[in-house]
Amino acid sequence: MIVTDTHKAIDAVWRIESARVIAGLARMVRDIGVAEELAQDALVAALEHWPVEGVPRNPGAWLMASAKRRAIDLLRRNKLLERKHGEIGYQLEAEQMAAPDFETSVDEPVSDDLLRLIFAACHPVLSAEARVALTLRLLGGLTSAEIARAFLVSEPAIAQRIVRAKRTLREANVPFEVPRGADLTARLSSVLEVIYLVFNEGYSATAGEDWMRPALCEDALRLGRILAELVPQEPEVHGLVALMEIQASRSSARVGPLGQPILLLDQNRALWDQLLIRRGLAALQRSEEVSARPGPYALQAAIAACHARARAPEETNWERIAALYAELAQLMPSPVVELNRAVAIAMAFGPAAGLDLVDALASEPSLQNYHLLPSVRGDFLFKLGRFDEALVEFQRAASITRNSRERDLLLDRARACAQDS
Amino acid sequence: MRFMMLMIPKGYEQAAPGAMPDPQAVAAMMKYNEALQKAGVLLALDGLHPPSAGARVSFSGGKPKVTDGPFVEAKEVIGGYWMIQVKSREEAIEWASRCPASGNEVIEVRQVQEMSEFPPEIQQAAGTLH
Repeated sequence: MIVTDTHKAIDAVWRIESARVIAGLARMVRDIGVAEELAQDALVAALEHWPVEGVPRNPGAWLMASAKRRAIDLLRRNKLLERKHGEIGYQLEAEQMAAPDFETSVDEPVSDDLLRLIFAACHPVLSAEARVALTLRLLGGLTSAEIARAFLVSEPAIAQRIVRAKRTLREANVPFEVPRGADLTARLSSVLEVIYLVFNEGYSATAGEDWMRPALCEDALRLGRILAELVPQEPEVHGLVALMEIQASRSSARVGPLGQPILLLDQNRALWDQLLIRRGLAALQRSEEVSARPGPYALQAAIAACHARARAPEETNWERIAALYAELAQLMPSPVVELNRAVAIAMAFGPAAGLDLVDALASEPSLQNYHLLPSVRGDFLFKLGRFDEALVEFQRAASITRNSRERDLLLDRARACAQDS
Repeated sequence: MRFMMLMIPKGYEQAAPGAMPDPQAVAAMMKYNEALQKAGVLLALDGLHPPSAGARVSFSGGKPKVTDGPFVEAKEVIGGYWMIQVKSREEAIEWASRCPASGNEVIEVRQVQEMSEFPPEIQQAAGTLH
């Protein structure tokens, strides 16, 4: 296919409209896979017509109308087929659904449909990998090729993953609906998990990698911002958006020229993106306005916000950070959270206080091969002037880490202990 | 990637200091802004007072010189902007095309430079490199 300006414009329209089109169709045909195929057919029709006739004034409505015509044809065909087989149950239902829907205006209940689509794509019946791929494809408007590049997986593998995911949803008879009540909380956390997974995948990309990878951060932020508009009453959605905005604000500062990570406290804060920080703080405030009891994302965002507000590392409110980690540890007890709390406590109240906490974690099985435990303990011991013990910890940490740059750094610290002792 | 959509309303270069937009145009624009927000692409937006209330600082001869508005020589002035985050230049243009702008208005679409695009010597000067 020759890539003309019109084709690029169609790409752009698709990026903007595809999720809404698929969502609207899924309500009619009650099958996400079929809905996507119909939407793709409409895209193909656009690729045929628009280069000749020009891009229509309202391209979204054009795509939707074209796809709906196909959906109605399909439902009619199915009806005939089912009449032959004497199965009228599904057909009646389909008819009832299709008829009123055909009348509704294109942009009317779009937000409900979008929400249903998000919940279906992130349904817990699917593996996390499948949810991620399906969400990026259906809601992010990414092609299988783009998802494959971003996740360093082959394109057929991603395509296969998406096909299987759609089949699983069909076989599990996952309803196309917005969950209610207690169910909503659990299902929403599945959605948030998917968005944050996408974000972290992009955030962990290293310099020089395919640009599709860091772009995942923007995809995740876009999904998060969309979701925040769809369910503004949900505090954790704003919490997640706040967390992502603030983390993304540091992206220019967190990697050195050779791709080496630069730790938060060593970053040049002038490079932090103030626009994203402002957006993050605003999202955090929205979360706090909706609920006085912050969830895990809002708490992590509040911690990130403490750093974002400090103009210099020494202005960091470590006492507040330590308190937030304590709250987080209550909601989701984890040795890693506890280790972070120890660091905050050491910063706020001195290394001896931190050391007590770290010592309590020493027997934690899940941290046995976690290099940050001996690394943090070594740091506390070093600050307390217990250089011999610190040296052992840094050497141990160096022997565990898989990152060569980190190993060099830890061995440097071990040598410094030998000199000081 | 980020783009700035710069709104250039013809005639704004001559507008009086307290000039206010037409309420109907504002309502249409609010709907547009809402669409940008709901699509998750809007990062920031602002409208600007007319240049007659502003000032220009020029640097000819290496010294700053202040001139109060309006600026007789200005043919086009900026009336406001949107900062959006999108997937491509085409998507930015598509969003700009959807603006309910009037016949005298032009939107200029410009990509925001990212630090990572710069060669090492510029990044060094900016302080990214350690």
